[in-house]
Amino acid sequence: MHQLWLIPALPFAGFLINGILGRRFSKSAVNTIAVGSVLLAFVWALKTVLGLGEDRIFEHYFNWIVAGGLQVGCDFAVDRLTAVMLLVVTGVGSLIHIYSIGYMAHEGGYYRFFAYLNLFMFFMLTLVLAANYLLLFVGWEGVGLCSYLLIGFWFHKKSATNAGNKAFIVNRIGDFGFSLAMLMIVVNFGTLDFARVFQAVTAKPEGVLTTIALLLLVGACGKSAQFPLYVWLPDAMEGPTPVSALIHAATMVTAGVYMVARSFPIYLRAPAALEMVAYIGLFTAAFAATIGLAQNDIKKVFAYSTVSQLGYMFLGAGTGAFSAGIYHLMTHAFFKALLFLGAGSVIHALSGEQDMRNMGGLRKKIPWTFWTLMMAAIAISGVPPFAGFFSKDAILVAAYHHAPWMYWVGVITAGMTAFYVFRAMFLTFFGEYRGHEHPHESPAVMTIPLAVLAVLSVVGGFIGIPVWLERVFPPAEVPEEFWLVAISVAAGLIGISIAYLMYIAKPGLADSISSSLGALYRLVYNKYFVDEIYDAAVVKPLVSGSRTVLWRGVDAGLIDGAVNGVGSTSQGLGGWLKLLQSGNIRSYATWVLFGSVILVVTLSLIGAVR
Amino acid sequence: MSGPPLAWYLILSAVLFALGVAGFLFRKSIITLFMSIELMLNAVNLSFVAFSYQLKQVNGHILAFFVMVVAAAEAAVGLAIILTVFKNRETLNVDQVNSMKY
Amino acid sequence: MDVILFLVFAIIAVVCAVNVVVQTHPISSALSLIGVMGSLAVLYLLLGAEFLAMAQIIVYAGAVMVLFVFTIMLLNAGAEAKRGRSLTAQLLGFPLLIAFLALASYFIQRFYPGNATVHFGAFKGGTAQNIGRALFTQYLLPFEVTSILILIAIVGAVVLARKEI
Repeated sequence: MHQLWLIPALPFAGFLINGILGRRFSKSAVNTIAVGSVLLAFVWALKTVLGLGEDRIFEHYFNWIVAGGLQVGCDFAVDRLTAVMLLVVTGVGSLIHIYSIGYMAHEGGYYRFFAYLNLFMFFMLTLVLAANYLLLFVGWEGVGLCSYLLIGFWFHKKSATNAGNKAFIVNRIGDFGFSLAMLMIVVNFGTLDFARVFQAVTAKPEGVLTTIALLLLVGACGKSAQFPLYVWLPDAMEGPTPVSALIHAATMVTAGVYMVARSFPIYLRAPAALEMVAYIGLFTAAFAATIGLAQNDIKKVFAYSTVSQLGYMFLGAGTGAFSAGIYHLMTHAFFKALLFLGAGSVIHALSGEQDMRNMGGLRKKIPWTFWTLMMAAIAISGVPPFAGFFSKDAILVAAYHHAPWMYWVGVITAGMTAFYVFRAMFLTFFGEYRGHEHPHESPAVMTIPLAVLAVLSVVGGFIGIPVWLERVFPPAEVPEEFWLVAISVAAGLIGISIAYLMYIAKPGLADSISSSLGALYRLVYNKYFVDEIYDAAVVKPLVSGSRTVLWRGVDAGLIDGAVNGVGSTSQGLGGWLKLLQSGNIRSYATWVLFGSVILVVTLSLIGAVR
Repeated sequence: MSGPPLAWYLILSAVLFALGVAGFLFRKSIITLFMSIELMLNAVNLSFVAFSYQLKQVNGHILAFFVMVVAAAEAAVGLAIILTVFKNRETLNVDQVNSMKY
Repeated sequence: MDVILFLVFAIIAVVCAVNVVVQTHPISSALSLIGVMGSLAVLYLLLGAEFLAMAQIIVYAGAVMVLFVFTIMLLNAGAEAKRGRSLTAQLLGFPLLIAFLALASYFIQRFYPGNATVHFGAFKGGTAQNIGRALFTQYLLPFEVTSILILIAIVGAVVLARKEI
């Protein structure tokens, strides 16, 4: 027995202990329990993966739902795809837990933070280990809950609670699609088990499969922040930076990609849906990259970068190169977590400053942070032999063979990615310091995870994921063509050079370009006013509709009116009936006579009197 | 030599009963009310006896007898009550004895 | 002969009953009621209920009505005042009475087509002997209970009519 349940159970135990008793523990006790539980989970996951081999480990714990023909068990399963996810989640997760010890050291609610982080790990691991859609959905919803709790961690700030609400509500829209997909699966397949569903896929009509696939895609868009449900991710930067790193870069947002990859038998038989996946991914990648060009908050830049890179992963899945998408998921986890943690280190050094216009010249003052972030920046720009190069290249090549125009859009986006990341780097670390704080390097407990992640960003590309996942996905035979690779690398380098030009060589160039582009710049800077459009088109009508129709009309008018109406009708009736009791004997007698006459007439009419 | 049909006795009983009800409904004095009740009881007695004749049994007579006994007892107690009411309310008008009004 | 007797006494009964209802002074109503009871006693005789006819005269006309007259004299009840106030009784009363009468005649008509006739002397079962026998064998329990009822009535009447109520 592999005891797979230990992997999520250890963080859950950490959550319970810290959540219930953590208030009385010292800080070191709290973080020992929290970090320890995740590290143990990582060790156990590693052991499981090492003993994996080619096959699939399946463990059934108990029958959860037995309802007529539908049986849903509490089952965990590990195959090679799950193994990748397990190691990424627990590995990067433990590094972030260690980092949080230092980052949150001066914050209130210390034990609450770690309790929520552990709870998140529990749900994420459940999601990854699940062997059926319903258990996956449990984890899905649970990570959404933890995201809400952690985004709104500083609940005294209105902007934080608003962001938490926004994340949860937008996610809900995606969850609705997911639920509908599950219902359709139950109706058409009679089961929610992965193994059984994927076996029966070949016999189902394409229309049904396309609908299911599209609904699953809606769910994935909500969780993985694709267009049009991406709006919650930039706002989620209100949470503490480790949260942004863990949840909104490395793990939770990748759940959508994982789910699409896991459901690949359905998608392969619904080509229209798969095409949609690619389109949405590509569009989101380009769209978010353009917004990231103009942002001034360092975390917002990286947030839009996350949305964009997730688009790449969807593009990979959508062109049939599922293993390339998962490959990029892993490398992205490394360098994006590093980018966020590094940004957190910068913010911590500047005692809370996040606007890049107030930074500059920090590379001498916080060298560890600088060098590790530089590794991540080079990785995300796709420069070989760093990690990002291999995975992004795999996706772009697959895109070219699917439809060449997709490749070109992807290349331009890669150029933009390199540009905005290096813009952030140059604005933060080069030039003269424009702020008023006293930057100090972060403690070792924060810089060591940064270093580990930097190493992974450099060499992570050599972990042969496509080879590892060969047997999981059907092979996508795409011949490597050298010139495709060269062009994508060149695009990255061009982006870096433009950034260098605009921010190091000729500092005034950026401002003159932005003022000459005037309206276009404002459009991009304001995120294309998407939030405002949503607010006017969706939120306001819904709220006012609820207020007038549902609240005043139905609730107060109809329901309360009915209940009150019963009461007032009774009162009115009573008011009428009491007039009978006039105290006058003669009228009583009259009524008696009346009643008896009626009685006799009725009885004779119904034939009781023969 | 034929006698009156039995139905006439019953019709007479009904008429007397109706007159009793009319007296109960349309008179104001309590004593008159009571007398109307007695009238009604008598009408019922008549119909009992008529049925007893028809069935050629004596049970109707017994019932009428008991009705009479109870009516006598009731008259005694009822008149005592009327005396008490008169002492308290100083009136024999039944409409003025209406403190059980809502 | 029987028919004539019946008609005469029936008409007397009805006229006296109408008088009971119509007269304003209670004493006139009481005297009319005695008339009703008397004629009813004759009708009982015609129906062969001898014992009952005697009991009617002795108990009803002789005791109950005397009680009524005593009470009227004790209370010094005068003639009634003007119209009463019970709107319900006046509005609904007449139609209901008519309806009641109509119903009663209808049912009587249906169930007693004019075959059965009453002959004086046709029913010989109403003697004191018969009544006594039935009363003390079949209806013994009601008889005993009625005696207790009378006792209660006496006690009640005495208690109610005391001075310091």
